[in-house]
Amino acid sequence: MTDVMTDRRPLTGQPGDPLPVSLKQARLPRWSPPVIALVSAAAGCGIGLAAGLDSRIQWGLIAALLFIVGTYALAAAVEGRRQAKDRLATSLVWIAFLLAVIPLASLLWETVARGSKVLDGYFLSHSMGTLPDAMPGGGIYHAIIGTLEQVGLATLIAAPLGLFTAIYLVEYGRGRLAKVVTFFVDVMTGIPSIVAGLFVLSVWILILGFGPSGFAGSMALAILMMPVVVRSTEEMLKLVPNELREASLALGVPKWRTILKVVLPTSIGGITTGVMLAIARIAGETAPVMLLVWGAKTINSNPFEDAQQSLPLYVFQQWQQGSEASYDRAWAAALVLIAFVMVLNLVARGIARWKAPSTGR
Amino acid sequence: MNPQAPSTPDAPPLPPPPAAGPSPVSGKAVRPGDRIFLGLSRGSGITLLVVMAAIAAFLTYRSVLAISGDHANFFTTLDWNATGTEPRFGIAVLAFGTVVSALLAMVIAVPVAVGIALFISHYAPRRLASPLGYVIDLLAAVPSIIYGLWGALFLVPHLTGLYSWLDDYLGWTGIFSYSDGAARSLFTVGILLAIMILPIVTSVSREVFLQAPKMHEEAALALGATRWEVIRMSVLPFGRSGVISASMLGLGRALGETMAVATVLSPSFLISTSLLDPGGGTFAQNIAAKFSEADTFGQDALIASGLVLFVITLLVNGAARLIIARRKEYS
Repeated sequence: MTDVMTDRRPLTGQPGDPLPVSLKQARLPRWSPPVIALVSAAAGCGIGLAAGLDSRIQWGLIAALLFIVGTYALAAAVEGRRQAKDRLATSLVWIAFLLAVIPLASLLWETVARGSKVLDGYFLSHSMGTLPDAMPGGGIYHAIIGTLEQVGLATLIAAPLGLFTAIYLVEYGRGRLAKVVTFFVDVMTGIPSIVAGLFVLSVWILILGFGPSGFAGSMALAILMMPVVVRSTEEMLKLVPNELREASLALGVPKWRTILKVVLPTSIGGITTGVMLAIARIAGETAPVMLLVWGAKTINSNPFEDAQQSLPLYVFQQWQQGSEASYDRAWAAALVLIAFVMVLNLVARGIARWKAPSTGR
Repeated sequence: MNPQAPSTPDAPPLPPPPAAGPSPVSGKAVRPGDRIFLGLSRGSGITLLVVMAAIAAFLTYRSVLAISGDHANFFTTLDWNATGTEPRFGIAVLAFGTVVSALLAMVIAVPVAVGIALFISHYAPRRLASPLGYVIDLLAAVPSIIYGLWGALFLVPHLTGLYSWLDDYLGWTGIFSYSDGAARSLFTVGILLAIMILPIVTSVSREVFLQAPKMHEEAALALGATRWEVIRMSVLPFGRSGVISASMLGLGRALGETMAVATVLSPSFLISTSLLDPGGGTFAQNIAAKFSEADTFGQDALIASGLVLFVITLLVNGAARLIIARRKEYS
């Protein structure tokens, strides 16, 4: 570009220049931020090496500090204070972004890199059985079965309840009951997962005297899932244009058939998305499963009796064992869990885009 | 009132004509299908309320059992010994650890999250912005146990260098003193929780920033404001309450987080002013750690601490909802 550092250009406007030159401020050249970044990164590494700091985090911090100060000083000298502040804000925002990307990228990278070490067909199709914890081998078949059954049962409980509650709130609710329900749905969204687990523990195990089972875990998961389903379904039902309802009612169709045949089909894509996102959320819950399902080493495909295993709990228990082999298994199970959750998320968002409700013309 | 009223608002408020057969016009003739459907949906709503009431009632009931058997003050005791003939336990350490780690997470996460949200909404190249928002939403779905595993096996070993550096220069404050050892401290927990709540705080803030009125921004630009001045004058004032409620939601998550704390923290029942040294505990972490060895009374004691956590998160979330609701009234 033409607006380089030459701020002392002759005051006579050049032909073809739309603006009088005197209105143009001095600007730093466009390549200056990356150059300052490179220089400060190099200086950060240099200082880090020279001072013998062994943590890369410190190198990064020093480099970031140099970058901020350098940009501000240069801009203040060349462009003035207001522009310097603007540059300062820009560099802070970029640094915030990089600061957040590093741990999140590292999390995904570590999981994939360490998890793929022992992940194979054998790992997916075998349980731990009687394998000693420190030995390599074993697998997560029992955990996959447990997770699928617990999450499936929780969905069977929570999805219809949540769906009907949302229908009540959007289609029927006018009075005080609807307001109270709305408020408590909000409250329920904030329940920590371990508190839901403690509730089921106090009723189902301590008072009613049942033992640990997959079903007990599903009840706690259902409590966590219900408000999420209500919220998302409510949003979707509100998107359905009122003209559709009115047209159907004007034709003499009963209200319940209007809801069933007009409102729900129009919003089914968004509702499915909401339910799948809720499933993805509860599939990774560990705390209630630990309190209520306890975990097992062998295959138990009956969710109504005896302890079961689940993927997140398996990750935790393998981490607790603390041997190299069990760390490998924990990472591999974490990779399977993350893949499961991500696939659910991607499919759900795909459905949302594919079946987006047509809101009128 | 008649729940059918909204669909037929002009129905006459007269008693139904006696035995006139099903009248197609009058809204008073409730069809059985309608009645069943209304019953089902209202019943679901009521079920939800019953569940909430039951949670509060049963947790309180078991907590009363536990607290009445406690031989020490439940709120001030610095110990957790819920077995034996003379159980003594209290939540002072847990309350301290929970509040400190969650506040630390907020202090670290909120400025960074606001930065990322501004980056996505106002700074990033447009082609990068929407995929970034998408990735942030995906990251919000990563299960907490995976953050915990990563925190324990990757983050903790990488923090010792930083901690001894902090100790060298800030150790005199007492807060940042650090004697060697694994970095399984409340400060590490705060950092990990900050990373965990970043995506959720970011995605809520980003949505608020995107809603800032375009006219205000353009007006400011037209007056010659720099990009930062535009953000400071038109975007941030508009988004302030949204950012506050987003951080409260993040705080609620950080307070109740179990697994990530349980894997990273090396707990002890001491309140120490040094946040870098191992020790301390949180409500959820203590429940996870003590549960397997607890008898029925011990479980009741843990339920009592869970009830305190429940009340704290309710207060935080309630405050967040209140701020959101007030903002809705204005806009």
